[in-house]
Amino acid sequence: MLDGVSVVRGGRQVWSDGSLTVPAGAVVGVIGPNGAGKTTLFQLALGLLPAATGRIEVLGRTPRAGDRRIGYVPQNYTAALGEAVRARDLVALGVTGTRFGIRRTTAAEHARVDDALRRVGAAGYGDRRMSELSGGQQQRVAIAQAIVDDAELLLLDEPLANLDLRNSHEIVTLLGELRRERVVTIMVVAHDLNPLLPVLTDAVYLLDGHPHHAPIGEVVTEDLLTHLYGTRVRVVRTAQGDLFTRSG
Amino acid sequence: MRFQENWLQVLQTTFMQHAFIGGTMVALTAGLMGYFVITRQNAFAAHALAHIGFPGATGAILVGAPVTLGLAVFCVGGGLLIGVFGKRVAEREIATGTILAGATGLGVLFASLATANASTTTTVLFGNLLAISRDQLWLFGLFTVVVVLVLAGIARPLVFASVDPAVAEARGVPVRALGVAFVVLLALTITMAVQVVGTLLLFALVVTPAAAGLRLTARPGRVAGLAVAFALASVWVGLLLSAVIDLPPSFFVVSIAVLIWAVVLVLTRDRHTTVRPEPSGRGVAPRVPEHTA
Repeated sequence: MLDGVSVVRGGRQVWSDGSLTVPAGAVVGVIGPNGAGKTTLFQLALGLLPAATGRIEVLGRTPRAGDRRIGYVPQNYTAALGEAVRARDLVALGVTGTRFGIRRTTAAEHARVDDALRRVGAAGYGDRRMSELSGGQQQRVAIAQAIVDDAELLLLDEPLANLDLRNSHEIVTLLGELRRERVVTIMVVAHDLNPLLPVLTDAVYLLDGHPHHAPIGEVVTEDLLTHLYGTRVRVVRTAQGDLFTRSG
Repeated sequence: MRFQENWLQVLQTTFMQHAFIGGTMVALTAGLMGYFVITRQNAFAAHALAHIGFPGATGAILVGAPVTLGLAVFCVGGGLLIGVFGKRVAEREIATGTILAGATGLGVLFASLATANASTTTTVLFGNLLAISRDQLWLFGLFTVVVVLVLAGIARPLVFASVDPAVAEARGVPVRALGVAFVVLLALTITMAVQVVGTLLLFALVVTPAAAGLRLTARPGRVAGLAVAFALASVWVGLLLSAVIDLPPSFFVVSIAVLIWAVVLVLTRDRHTTVRPEPSGRGVAPRVPEHTA
């Protein structure tokens, strides 16, 4: 929930007058042109960046870093990881990684890691190094880490970047399953809406320096998308659902 | 090169015993730190810190202070200075390299001002395990206790912050503070290790054993265990050989560490050269078959 929020970063106002409420249990696409402040919105929600004006509330609280109810997968997540860590260890960090002191990982914690890996369909390669996995597999592991602590809100930044059609389709299917399993709100930053359309219920779009919220059906219109991206966009409706394409 | 018939007696001398005790402590801390040095992409910083210690050591000789103190002050100061510079690896590399060059220049100046003889400078550059005094051992013991205890306490958040800094920060891990704490621990480790293998050969004790361990397993605890074992083997066997054959222990210690690394590299080359299969077609062809459970 945002109320009159504006953000300043590096002396530059990223966006302003953000007033919107995202309903619980929604699957929200965060869209807008490059540099519009999509990732910045996530950083606000995570409490990593303060609002310059206005009030912001996430899951009923002012955001602060370390809220265990929020699972986060940053952009280019997998690119930063080398061969020094196994998929399972990475997921375990989602449970135990914030704790100081000397202690062993308990059996219950191992069970939760196994459960998270299973839910994202990554149980088969939990013991492999991250560097040995494909882009789609790494993304699954990253999502497993985000959900291992039973997050109520998932923030995924460009989870489909660098994935081919099949892998990106599988990740989208996974997001739909996660939402059906438990009441979880999912926000996805994506530069390409098409693959996500089957699961999206809402959209937050950053237009002319302000964020807006609307049900997905109201966003996927030719006029709005054309305005948003500054290039002619045509919406083609198919039996499977909406599909929009860009043309010059 | 000369075989020493009295090597058993050599091993029983005070300086040899000091060397074994000091070398053991250094191997323990250096091995433990290695995993983090690699995952944090700090290998170059570790190398640079050793060089930053060079003016510390020669400066200490200049003013008549203990060499260990000079090393510690410069390493910790240099570490904090490097830590101030950007978190991005590319930025950090350039800042680190520049500070390294500046420090080495200063070291040359101090060495010439102190009219330190060539052998003193050589000791700083290449280390001399056989010259460790009783006072230094006490200091080493203190450093070892501090490094091991602090490292054990911050291990999990440090792993998180090292392999996954963006998420760790979002989850409330004090990433920056841990970075500063780590660099101080690294500086203490290097202060000790420099006296064993010198500034020029330090890499072999802080990075190489952990690199070999990481080829064999990716489980952080096991990597640390293997790294300590490799470092201990290098120091112990190296000292033993230097007692039997009259050559500098630094040479043996470094050679054994490099040898272990090379053997592990050869043994594991099959596992690591397997690149993910790429599709023959282009465009929308599925890339890798997903292993679904």
